[in-house]
Amino acid sequence: MSVRMPEADGAVLARRAAIVKALRTIVPGEGVIATEREMRPFESDGLTAYRQLPLVVVLPETTKQVSEVLAYCHAEGVKVVPRGAGTSLSGGALPLEDGVLLGMAKFNRIKDIDFANRVAVVEPGVTNLAVSNAVAHAGFYYAPDPSSQIACTIGGNVAENSGGVHCLKYGMTTNNVLGCELVLMNGDVVRLGGKHLDAEGYDLLGLINGSEGLLGVVTEVTVRILQKAETQRAVLIGFPSSEDGGECVSAIIAAGIIPAGMEMMDRPAIHAVEEFVHAGYPLDVEALLIVELDGPQAEVDHLIERVVDIAKQCKSMTCRVSASEQERLLFWAGRKAAFPAVGRISPDYFCMDGTIPRSQLPKVLAAMKDMSAKYGLRCANVFHAGDGNLHPLILYDSNKEGEVERAEEFGAEILKLCVAVGGVLTGEHGVGVEKRDLMPVMFSEIDLNAQQRVKCAFDDKGLLNPGKVFPVLHRCAELGRMHISGGKLPFPDIPRF
Amino acid sequence: MTDILKPRDAKEVEDAVRWALSHDKALEVAGQGSKRAIGRPSQTDITLDLSGLTGVTLYEPAELVLSARAGTPLSEIEALLEKNHQELAFEPMDYGPVLGLKAGQNYTSGTIGGAIAANLSGPRRIKAGAARDHFLGLSAVTGRGETIKSGGRVVKNVTGYDMCKVLAGSWGTLAAMTDVTVKVLPRAETQATVVVEGLDDASACAAMAAAMGSSCDVSAAAHLPDHVASYFDGLPNAEAATALRLEGVAPSVRHRKDALAALLKPFGPVLLLDETESRALWRSVRQVKPFATESARVRPLWRISTAPARGHAVAAAITPAAQMFYDWGGGLIWVAMPFGDEPDAASIRAAVASVGGHATLIRAEAAVRASADVFEPQEPALAALSKRVKDAFDPKGVLNPGRMVAGV
Ligand SMILES: Cc1cc2nc3c(=O)[nH]c(=O)nc-3n(C[C@H](O)[C@H](O)[C@H](O)COP(=O)(O)OP(=O)(O)OC[C@H]3O[C@@H](n4cnc5c(N)ncnc54)[C@H](O)[C@@H]3O)c2cc1C
Repeated sequence: MSVRMPEADGAVLARRAAIVKALRTIVPGEGVIATEREMRPFESDGLTAYRQLPLVVVLPETTKQVSEVLAYCHAEGVKVVPRGAGTSLSGGALPLEDGVLLGMAKFNRIKDIDFANRVAVVEPGVTNLAVSNAVAHAGFYYAPDPSSQIACTIGGNVAENSGGVHCLKYGMTTNNVLGCELVLMNGDVVRLGGKHLDAEGYDLLGLINGSEGLLGVVTEVTVRILQKAETQRAVLIGFPSSEDGGECVSAIIAAGIIPAGMEMMDRPAIHAVEEFVHAGYPLDVEALLIVELDGPQAEVDHLIERVVDIAKQCKSMTCRVSASEQERLLFWAGRKAAFPAVGRISPDYFCMDGTIPRSQLPKVLAAMKDMSAKYGLRCANVFHAGDGNLHPLILYDSNKEGEVERAEEFGAEILKLCVAVGGVLTGEHGVGVEKRDLMPVMFSEIDLNAQQRVKCAFDDKGLLNPGKVFPVLHRCAELGRMHISGGKLPFPDIPRF
Repeated sequence: MTDILKPRDAKEVEDAVRWALSHDKALEVAGQGSKRAIGRPSQTDITLDLSGLTGVTLYEPAELVLSARAGTPLSEIEALLEKNHQELAFEPMDYGPVLGLKAGQNYTSGTIGGAIAANLSGPRRIKAGAARDHFLGLSAVTGRGETIKSGGRVVKNVTGYDMCKVLAGSWGTLAAMTDVTVKVLPRAETQATVVVEGLDDASACAAMAAAMGSSCDVSAAAHLPDHVASYFDGLPNAEAATALRLEGVAPSVRHRKDALAALLKPFGPVLLLDETESRALWRSVRQVKPFATESARVRPLWRISTAPARGHAVAAAITPAAQMFYDWGGGLIWVAMPFGDEPDAASIRAAVASVGGHATLIRAEAAVRASADVFEPQEPALAALSKRVKDAFDPKGVLNPGRMVAGV
């Protein structure tokens, strides 16, 4: 692994026994795990190239316990890493040798389902899919649908501001969360938002979404739930080139249509998937687009017709409209199995997550082909085409000398290109450890320091999930200092009245 | 009268803030000043007028993205989008009329930067969110005199903290935005509104909850009680009206109109507004029309945000002498108090606390706004956190000090 974590604090390691003992007085019984064998399952998250056993694992069950654990660690100068289900693909939940791993899995209750206000109040360890399941009997669902939704938790979703194939129309996590309860590193408990729609002061809830567990531990979340659309239908369109596919995506949006989902796959991905799930995907195309429309039957029928027309004008080679719910699900089965399908044809893979302005798609895809040759590694592409969020899957074998490093370099080059063409390093998986050292590609030191000052407002000692997101850690006192330069008004001719 | 600094570009904004820092001056951060009367009166020495930073710098309709200098008039952006059959989906409301700005004199709907700094939204809030949900990227000068950028020009982005969110709705107290990028969306082809007449507030909230909980994809829901109904445009009768808007392609709107009318029939007599009437009605809702009249304008105006299905319960706890109406399915209540100099903050806040949510004193005499809490007071731990966030951006309090919270 090439990203270095902060130096472990020897004094904390030396006090381990005392720390474990103190934590047991806060969280009784099996809630504190200190043996190596039992801590092993927590040593990594979805970014399996990085592993580290924590100092100790704590599994609290109440907000009070979380608050006491954090207050204790704050007083003692012990680091804390929050964890949901551990499916993060960027190493956000990677433990620290000298840090408490705070597992939130026992916060698994759905506290309130309020159909009249169209919200559910849940604990952060509840899985994404469990929220939808809990409200399904009344025809409702929770819109953000990451592919990991069976496993990943709402707390993790909030921390990563996760998206899914339907966020083109329904938004990311941040657009679907109305409130949360948050415990700060000093033990303070604050409530942000609620069942109402907007913040009363600074929009701190907006900051918490996507904060990667660095600002506070989320202990309760209020999410918006929606009534399911009357019908959903999908169109499967094949193209002779990714460029043609990309143009079709633009043409659909330019026609004023925002589909519920719009997903694209390139040739290597199509082949890997078809072999795995037999979704009936055409194998002679270079790019495959799934466009899903939802709404009342009359609307879906009307728009499907327009999408098919547009596809015809965009050099499509094949175009199939789902004739049944079963067929629609089959179209999706392939896309949804893309990661495991690639997992079958390669011992290991990295999943990249850059976002680009959609018009840059042909350029970026062509460059990735060249990079694939240069690094001697295969690359399959699936992407959320509607919003330009790419998921290049870089295939490698960690048992082969030097391949991990090459794969990491390949990934970094892709992400740098994403930024160079006007995009960003990560669209939905987070910076974590994986992209931490690339942050300066996108942000100046001033930008990064401004973000770290926000962190200081929440966590003055920098104890919550350090080593993630920021490449260089500064002390808050140092960041707080001000050097004012430029005391003169250098534009004397400004109009003054 | 205070002096005005009117920078011509982003660099000059940075210069101005640095100058203020080194001369211990506080700045009033303003676009066109259309919402100047909202918030606590700020003790500032000089106005930092950002209305000179104008111009759309990037607009790619097929990519659904637009960037502009922060001082660009909102009206200019809206006109440009309309030409391309697009819009700002958050439907920014227009504070001009309730604040007494007059057409042909000082009326303006403000700048894009101001719309974001106030986190404006409109009736479509229930479906499309507020400015915050469409705000993708920024450049801004913090109270430390440093130019920062955050976000980008793509919708999906989790690289670093979402600084756009915390600047949206910060009323110029954290940083002076110089450039902003927003998501734009296609304008709906057509719209219609289904109205149920004669409902009391509680039944209206229930009817709106039923409509919004259906698959009819309602894009706005308001209840206009009988004492204010006649002020709104597009309604045929001066009866209490519970109005639900549907937008989309024609076949879809037609279908949903029938479905919704059937759903609402048990609540009361239903009537339909066509596209023209519907547009007129929602424009007047967006302008809070009943409370923009000459006589209403002397009275304090509250904006209450609460759990929509319980909106009527909040309203019931407020003096019956107040006038009010509901937007956001009951979740947004506009309340005009009966007496000019009496906002009666204690009773309003108690009413809101009984259900949850918050109240903002949008309009009152400056002296009243200086002595009352304009924004909802926060619990101590949250207030302390908010103060630390302010300090992170503006440690010396040079940007709109005290506008949101006294002493912050
Ligand atoms: C096969 C697969 C498919 C995926 N598909 C998608 C996808 O389509 N879209 C997408 O966006 N992501 C996807 N992901 C990534 C991942 O599932 C998401 O990031 C998810 O939100 C992580 O949730 P988690 O519960 O596993 O969190 P973890 O991995 O445990 O933690 C993630 C981060 O959240 C923090 N955290 C967790 N809980 C809390 C809490 N209660 N309070 C504060 N911080 C907390 C952690 O510190 C860490 O930084 C995928 C992952 C896999 C393995």
